[in-house]
Amino acid sequence: MNNIKYILGSFGDPDEMMHGIDKLQENNIKIHDVYTPMPIHGIEAKLGVKRSRLDIAAFFFGITGTCTMLSFVYFAAAYDWPINIGGKPHFALPDFIPITFELTILFCAFGLVGSYYASTHLFPGRAPRVMDLRATNDRFIIAIDAKENAEHSKIDDLLKEAGALEVKYNERKYVSYE
Amino acid sequence: MGTHNYNLTEQFEFTGKAKTLSIIAIVVGIAAIGYGFSAEALHERTFANLLLMAYYFACVCMSGAFFLAVQFVAQAGWSASILRVPQAMAKVLPIAVVILIVVMGLGLYTHNLYHHWHADGLTDPSSPNYDKLIDGKSAFLNVPFFMARQVIFLGVYSIFALLLAKLSNNEDLHGGLNSYRKSFKYSCIFLVIYGFTTPIFAFDTVMSLEAHWFSTMFGWYNFAAMWVSSLATIAIIIILLRKSGYMSWVNNSHLHNLGQFIFGFSIFWTYVWFAQFLLIYYANMPEETVYFYIRFEHYEFWFYLNLILNFLAPVLLLMDRDNKRQENTLLAVSIVVLIGHWVDYYQMIMPGTVAEHHAFGFIEIGIALGFVGLFTFTVLSSLSKKPLIAKNHPFLQESLNHHL
Repeated sequence: MNNIKYILGSFGDPDEMMHGIDKLQENNIKIHDVYTPMPIHGIEAKLGVKRSRLDIAAFFFGITGTCTMLSFVYFAAAYDWPINIGGKPHFALPDFIPITFELTILFCAFGLVGSYYASTHLFPGRAPRVMDLRATNDRFIIAIDAKENAEHSKIDDLLKEAGALEVKYNERKYVSYE
Repeated sequence: MGTHNYNLTEQFEFTGKAKTLSIIAIVVGIAAIGYGFSAEALHERTFANLLLMAYYFACVCMSGAFFLAVQFVAQAGWSASILRVPQAMAKVLPIAVVILIVVMGLGLYTHNLYHHWHADGLTDPSSPNYDKLIDGKSAFLNVPFFMARQVIFLGVYSIFALLLAKLSNNEDLHGGLNSYRKSFKYSCIFLVIYGFTTPIFAFDTVMSLEAHWFSTMFGWYNFAAMWVSSLATIAIIIILLRKSGYMSWVNNSHLHNLGQFIFGFSIFWTYVWFAQFLLIYYANMPEETVYFYIRFEHYEFWFYLNLILNFLAPVLLLMDRDNKRQENTLLAVSIVVLIGHWVDYYQMIMPGTVAEHHAFGFIEIGIALGFVGLFTFTVLSSLSKKPLIAKNHPFLQESLNHHL
């Protein structure tokens, strides 16, 4: 029984890697994920990555900030300690627009940083887990789940044919920095 | 790099329905002006409307030139294939300038416009009409200097607009990078001049209608209005051209960029509008609140409509990514924004001219339609003179492959 969990094709050139993705997809081999040191245009569409829902999250974080500040200002200025300022109503909305706007942005920014940490498991103090260390440096990595795709030699051939500089068989999912 | 088979010599033909409709609109406009001058009591209202639309027309055209300059200075690639539309708008600027200057000159001459600072005895201490504040401002607000500023500013904008169009024409004929480099240089100069002079242009044309009041935000507020209305116009023209089978190279990503521009600058408009409003509201000084006092007393509907059309509508409708990429949504929002800025100018200009006697009737609608017709006619006929794409633009490939 082999214990290979992931096959990694390591490319030195993004165009060759894109070619490799095409080759694998033509042969109905499911790609687990691709790791690159830089953003590559059009790769999400090719891999069928689902659209990020970060924008929806941003909207709701922002709305939370708006509501928080408006309710706090209402509590402070109109309910708990009303003061007459220049004869204006206690809850003079235009005065509180700037601070509401600021809190909307603050909640949105903090919320998005939090969501980013949660979705990537990148908490402060935690060593990042990566499949191949060189994917953060100079290599473009295609990862294939070895348990789901049994034809290992075929995958190996396809990757080498597309220009992979090396093909690795990993028995652990992640090589971590730990 | 994908390969494309676009017809790079495609030319717009200005015939048929667009031509008929724009001529009908011009005739309606002339009828409205004729009706406005038929009775003495309507003169001021007609002049106010003529000023509104002439100002709007000139602003949209000069912001077309501004769009071109921004693209050159930013060395933007995405817009290379749509530059002929703002170019056509820029080429119409001289016509708009002549109309605006004639309207202002006649308005001053007949005392229908700017009578707040231009009337007998305002600067003469022995006269019963003497106004100390206006007298203090008379070194700046006097007819010769006022008209000279208008002619110089608008003349300089027109020269740069025509120059950028001419350079693009040379590029079509000779190719090479020479025209692009020159466009870059002249765009830099134009942007500096434009940035410093548009606030003064707005102070003169609109703010001086109520010459006692002033706001330093007013220039930027008007700049935001003219820029966003011009972007909406560009989007409308491109979408309508695409719908009638031209400019097949314009894809959803180009629309997305235009949508982002309209979205962003609608928020910018709200920001400067609010910055002006908040300070006046908070400080609550009589000489400043007088401006909003008349708007709350007599223009309350227009005041709120302005915010709904120019802030709420674009923000809510264009916030979603997919909406920016859909031509029908973008078209609808652009039209709302254009109408919204008519409302914006309406409540900037009317309180200083007809004040509480404002109305919304045949004169308003007719003159607005007339200018829309004139704009459509002149811009489309200048668009039809050259191919719809600048085939030698150095960033053309980037634009054709534009993908977000």
